Amino acid sequence: MSTQAVADRALGPPRARRRGLPLGRWGLRGLAMVYLGCAIVLPLAAVLAKGFEGGLVHLKAALASPGAIDAIKLTLITAATAAIVNAVFGTLIAYALVRYRFPGRQLLSAIVDVPFAIPTLVTGVMLVALYGPASPVGGFLKDHGFQVAFAPLGILIALLFVTLPFVIRTVQPVLTELDIAEEEAAYSLGAGGWTTFRKVVLPALRPAIAAGTLLAFARAIGEFGAVVIIAGNITGKTLTAPVFIFQLASQFRPEDAAAVASILFILSFVIVLITDRLINRRGTKV
Amino acid sequence: MSTASPAIPTHPARRRLVRGLLLTVMFLYIFILLVAPFAGILLTAIKNGSAVVSETFSRPDVRHAYWLTFVITIVTMVITTIFGLITAYVLARHRFFGRRLMNALVELPLAVSPVTVGLMAVLLFGRGGWFEPFFASRGIQVIFALPSMILVTIFICIPFVIREVGPVLEELGTNEEEAARTLGASPLQTFFRVTLPNVRWGLLYGAALGTARALGEIGAVLIVSGAIQGQTETATLYIFRAFEERQDASGNVVALSLAAVSILLLVGIEFFKHRRSKEARS
Repeated sequence: MSTQAVADRALGPPRARRRGLPLGRWGLRGLAMVYLGCAIVLPLAAVLAKGFEGGLVHLKAALASPGAIDAIKLTLITAATAAIVNAVFGTLIAYALVRYRFPGRQLLSAIVDVPFAIPTLVTGVMLVALYGPASPVGGFLKDHGFQVAFAPLGILIALLFVTLPFVIRTVQPVLTELDIAEEEAAYSLGAGGWTTFRKVVLPALRPAIAAGTLLAFARAIGEFGAVVIIAGNITGKTLTAPVFIFQLASQFRPEDAAAVASILFILSFVIVLITDRLINRRGTKV
Repeated sequence: MSTASPAIPTHPARRRLVRGLLLTVMFLYIFILLVAPFAGILLTAIKNGSAVVSETFSRPDVRHAYWLTFVITIVTMVITTIFGLITAYVLARHRFFGRRLMNALVELPLAVSPVTVGLMAVLLFGRGGWFEPFFASRGIQVIFALPSMILVTIFICIPFVIREVGPVLEELGTNEEEAARTLGASPLQTFFRVTLPNVRWGLLYGAALGTARALGEIGAVLIVSGAIQGQTETATLYIFRAFEERQDASGNVVALSLAAVSILLLVGIEFFKHRRSKEARS
């Protein structure tokens, strides 16, 4: 028993605490609820209510617009590809950052956070500067059959940039806590590097990798700023779902936009809930 | 003992090889994906010369755009920091019905596309919106004006402070707080003298992440603001317009300036993160 608990039992709870707290407690709790209620629940209710006003009318109208289905498909495919590629490279980078000591490690660990700090639109501007038609790199790649700017490949690169930190940030803490002795044991028992990673390290990292990948996917589905400039937004070709929603909204069709937005939102919220479960399960296990 | 494994003499060499390979792949990936674009925009800016820079910064609409971005970021950060702190405290210290739901709600803005956030504000405050009659009859312009721009930015920045402060509060436990209360401190004294100093690095970390996000917000603000030149145009909206009007040079200048600010913020982010994890270990 802690000394604090002993003191509590001996003296009883101080009177001030008994008298003062309930009001403050309810006040604080109420404030937090009102804050989240007004700022999150209300706007969300508006989107879902307007989007499904009169059943699926708005959804049908929105999906009947040229390029709607293509936009949703393109978004899901590029987002999934970006999430999976970054799951692989993110795990690799997290492993290297935690297990190896090399000059520039701290700097590299900071650089990995760049996508969190840089405005997404600036990301798009930078990618156009690097891969756009005016740049030598973009011209070179185009001559060799890889058009980046105003093509799906550009969207993919933008999403890769934006979602790089997610897997690294979820895997890093788990890997840091993982006992290196287990890996050493596997090595000294004759296991190769790959076997050790697959049989010892990977099982422990799996929930964290899954959580990071899902978060990255959810983020990529909704990405607007990084994509809107590099994509070129050609209907049916490089128009993504968020840009499509934006176009609907600026054509004064907010209800149709709300219908598409509701679908995307429900999809990504389910993903976030699953992620939360994964992270919490990890938390209780460690 | 682990170093002496003479039975398999090839291993150390192979491990060194793997190490070199992994490090190379990592450096290449990070360089191509994250560093090269910076080089791209820097080279473009240098090519355009310094005349564009001074011309851009002297434009009144650009100056107004910076000012607007500054105002929105400051107001958003003050509100999300204060209420975020309260919400994180309630979620960590109180047990009540609906707590899990609130926990999930906090994560929700991370799952919503910024475009959808802007749309929400339009549906609430725009023509035919739920609250439009209320504000219209009082002559308050919400949509296509500063209030809605701040509201959407708040929505997007809600999770940052709460997510960083919450785990720190959970880890701290209530021992110190209870000790202060036993010694006669009032709840407010306890909060400001014990709780707040303990969570300060997590708080600053979350606030810095939120600031970076608020500074660069585009999707939501684009929809609610109407992007009226010189009035509701933020720095990111200016960049957006510059590219639509094929004035890439001045758009690049503003983009580069925002990138510079966020690199400064990144230094802060890394410092606060470092301090927070150091404190958690001790």
